[in-house]
Amino acid sequence: MFISQISVFLENVRGALRNMTELLGENEVNLLALTIADTSGFGIVRIIVKSDDIESTLNVLHQAGYIAKTNRVICVRVPHKPMGLAKVMAALDEADISIEYSYSFYRSNIEEACVIIRPSDTEGSILALQKAGIKILSQKEVDCV
Amino acid sequence: MSILNPAMESISRNERKKLQSERLRAIVKHESDNVAFYRERMDKAGVKPEDIGGIDDLHLLPFMEKNDLRDGFPFGLLAVPQQQIVRIQGSSGTSGNPIVTGYTENDIEVWTEMAARALAAAGCDTNSVVQVAYGYGLFTGGLGLHQAASRLGAMVIPMSSGNTQRQIIMMKELGTTILCCTPSYAIYLGETARDMGILSQLKLRGGCFGGEPWSEKMRAELEGLFGIDALDIYGLSEIAGPGVSFECQVKKGLHINEDHIIAEVVNPETGKSLPYGETGELVMTTITKTGQPMLRYRTRDICALNNEPCPCGRTTLRMSRLAGRTDDMLVVRGLNVYPGQIESVLALVSGITPHYLIIVDRRASLDNLEVHVELTEDMFSDTISQIQALENSIASQIKSVVGIQADVKLVPPRSLPRSEGKSKRVVDKRRI
Repeated sequence: MFISQISVFLENVRGALRNMTELLGENEVNLLALTIADTSGFGIVRIIVKSDDIESTLNVLHQAGYIAKTNRVICVRVPHKPMGLAKVMAALDEADISIEYSYSFYRSNIEEACVIIRPSDTEGSILALQKAGIKILSQKEVDCV
Repeated sequence: MSILNPAMESISRNERKKLQSERLRAIVKHESDNVAFYRERMDKAGVKPEDIGGIDDLHLLPFMEKNDLRDGFPFGLLAVPQQQIVRIQGSSGTSGNPIVTGYTENDIEVWTEMAARALAAAGCDTNSVVQVAYGYGLFTGGLGLHQAASRLGAMVIPMSSGNTQRQIIMMKELGTTILCCTPSYAIYLGETARDMGILSQLKLRGGCFGGEPWSEKMRAELEGLFGIDALDIYGLSEIAGPGVSFECQVKKGLHINEDHIIAEVVNPETGKSLPYGETGELVMTTITKTGQPMLRYRTRDICALNNEPCPCGRTTLRMSRLAGRTDDMLVVRGLNVYPGQIESVLALVSGITPHYLIIVDRRASLDNLEVHVELTEDMFSDTISQIQALENSIASQIKSVVGIQADVKLVPPRSLPRSEGKSKRVVDKRRI
């Protein structure tokens, strides 16, 4: 029930993000979601692409000399209204699971928001979320959002 | 695994000091009587042979350096008539005259004894089949281990270096039990034997591996391939050759053959002797060689000495793995820093040796040490905290090894400068 996210290491210098996004654009990669974490020295760009694009995206990045790899995250659908996300966080907290990071995206064609979560314990999170009745998206479902 | 010469290798500290002092007095007199170059140097330093009563007076003697050997080429440093020299060995100097050493029959004997102790520590005896895959020639590796293995009554296969397939066939067909070569070549032999599908048919039990710097990572690789204890051996032709010092099965430093050599570690800048445990330049004095004795010879190799007794039963001083060469040394905030020390930290933390760059700068009149490390796929993580933990762990290891807080910065692959295939390791931006 987890999905694959691609993380890319970037130096925190002007133009780094432009170079990377142009590279992906020139190679016809469409980003479904993106978030950046940064320190003064470096940044980690995390992206979600369609499942068919994961391998080719990694290849493009590696060939251009980037450090990039995939890791597992969870994507949940939450109602686009107050307390929507809070319920998800409560379910995880009650299962003693911490969140390394989280980010969200929204499409105008659906009523709900999508939230990507990188929990400390992927397997445990899936159980906890299922128990709380929260909708977890599969890789294929993310493709169609 | 035996101690070949317990009387010398496990001698008590007092006896050792007495023996070294006696031998030092004799060799200083011999040198001063027979080598004009060193007599003049002693005169200049205001030291007479009779001033040297024992090893406590060693620091009074002037140093010898690599350049003295170049200047004295070919026979200027001989302390005996040339007819008594039975062998020349040496190293290829990269510039100027070659560096050669003349050996009397006695000196070959001394060298053979030292190297035989190293081989015995690696498990060699009369039943052993010793394959010597060091080069034979002026370089001391091949002949040194050859002589030592013969001394122990082993069967020697003098393969010399190269011709890997044939090396492996010989190892298999002749049942080699002890391998002597550089550690990197040993790993290559093991990998090739594995590719040929005959690694499991080899009967290797041990080996002496030296002639180049290597790491614990390489040791683990080598031991994993062959299922042996891989021991380090150190030497230089100026002093004798391989066997000057060697590891025992404890693998915590190389035992120096102190009945033949007195070892010191000095501050490479001031020449002042450093206490045991401190890192500096290794200085060696030969006390039994008569052909071309070396008094307080500056090896340019960086290490520390350890006087703690070793669980193996030997009482001799142990030198640490080499941390580099004085030629690469940096002085930062008054402390000596060797790129090799930082390299070993990086290898330890990241599992491989990544490309790195040491940048020394001066900020507000204080030296600043920055270490840029090219990130590898294995070091990368999707969370900031893990990458910062890696930076912090590298910084704290550098602090504990070098004594200076360094700013560690992880940088993208291939972003550091390379020059002619070899990377450039140090940038000193200080304007003093």
